[in-house]
Amino acid sequence: MHEMSLALAVVDQVEEAARSHGAESVASVRLHVGELAGVVPDALSFCFGLACAGTVLEGAELIAETVPGRARCTPCGGEWAVGMPPDLCCPDCGTPAEDLLSGRELRIADVHWGAPRPAATGRPRVPEES
Amino acid sequence: MCRSVDLRTQVLAKNDATAERLRARLTARGTTVVNLLSSPGSGKTELLEAELALAGERGVPVAALTADLATENDATRLARSGAPVRQVLTDGLCHLEAAMLGGHLEGWLPADTRLLFVENVGNLVCPASYDLGESLRVVLASVTEGEDKPLKYPTAFGLAHLVLVTKTDIAEAVGFDEAAFRAHVERVNPGVEVRLTSARTGSGIGTLLERALAAAGGAPVHTPVMARTRADHGQADGHGHGHGHEHADGHGHEHADGRGHGHADDEAPRAHGHAHQHA
Repeated sequence: MHEMSLALAVVDQVEEAARSHGAESVASVRLHVGELAGVVPDALSFCFGLACAGTVLEGAELIAETVPGRARCTPCGGEWAVGMPPDLCCPDCGTPAEDLLSGRELRIADVHWGAPRPAATGRPRVPEES
Repeated sequence: MCRSVDLRTQVLAKNDATAERLRARLTARGTTVVNLLSSPGSGKTELLEAELALAGERGVPVAALTADLATENDATRLARSGAPVRQVLTDGLCHLEAAMLGGHLEGWLPADTRLLFVENVGNLVCPASYDLGESLRVVLASVTEGEDKPLKYPTAFGLAHLVLVTKTDIAEAVGFDEAAFRAHVERVNPGVEVRLTSARTGSGIGTLLERALAAAGGAPVHTPVMARTRADHGQADGHGHGHGHEHADGHGHEHADGRGHGHADDEAPRAHGHAHQHA
C-alpha cells in the first residue's frame, strides 16, 4: 500500500501551486486515476485526509475519477476496453495493442481553491518540514 | 480571482524526474540499474546470489542493493557471492523510491560498477509504480505462486522488460502449468520474454546477467504496451488549452528542477515517517 506516499506527493504539489497562486485554502483536488495505475481510490482518500492535516489543504475534498483502460489495434483499427485484469491483445484479430490510449493515469487534474482562512486560524504556511 | 487551476501534473512527477536524473547520472558513469520485483519468498535472493557469483567468475563488476522491511539476512546471503552488497531497511515502507535509492548509492557504489541489481521490497503492488532509474525491470514469479499471478498483479507484470520463473526444479511436484502462465503474461504484456530458472539446479542461471549486460550495452529492451501510454506522459492532452495549460507547464518544470537539490534527502524521511502505518 503506497497510497500514503502518493497522497503526500499530491499534497506537496498542491501546496506549491497554492503558494504560487496565493491561495489560502483548498476546497477540492481532482485526480484522474487509471484503472491500471495500481492505486486503490479508497485507500488514497483515507491517506489524503491524513496527509492534508496541518497544510493549506486541510479539509480539502479529494475527487478521484477513475479512467478506464482502453487500447487500440493498429491493423484493424478497433478500440476496446481492456478490462481488469487487462487484455492487451485485440479481441478481434489478436494483435498486441500498439499502445494504451488510457488507463495508466495518475494525475492531478485540477484544484479548486477555498475561501481565505479567518485570521485567527492563521495561515498554515508549512514549508517542507513535516 | 481565478478559483481553480488545471494543474495536469503527474502525481509521481517528482519520483519520475529523480529517476530520470539518476538514470542519466549512472549511465554517464557506466552503471546500469536492474530493478527486481516479486512477491516475498519467490526466490529473488537465491537467484540473484547465483547471478552475482556468475558475474564474479566472468569478471563483470556488479553490485547489489537489497531492500527489506527488516533484517540483514538477504545482504548476508548475497555477500557470499563476493559482490559489494548493501542492505536497505525500509522500516515498514512497502517500496523503494528513486530518491531513496540515490541516497543509498551515495558514497557506497563502487566507481567501476557495471551492473547494479536492486532487489526491491518483496511486493508486487507498490514497487510497480516507482521508476528507480533502472534500464531493465525484471519481474519474478516462482512455480508455487499460481499461473494466474500475472493476472492478479497486472501492473507489475505489465511493466516488466523480462519475466523470470523461479524454482522450476519443483514445477512438476506443484503442477505448474507453464503454458497457462505464459498465456497470462502475454495477455498483460504481449511480447515480453519469459524464461525459466532454477537456482538450485543452475538451470537458466546466466539469463539475468546476459539480459542485463545486453541492456547495459545499449541493446533494445522490450517496451511493454502498458509503458507505451499517451496519458502517462502527456501533461497536456490537447483539450482545455487556456491559462490552465500555461500554469501546468510552468509548474511541471519548476517542480522537476526545483526539487532536484536537497529534496532528495527530504523524501526518504517522509516516507519513513508514515511507514509504521502500513506495517
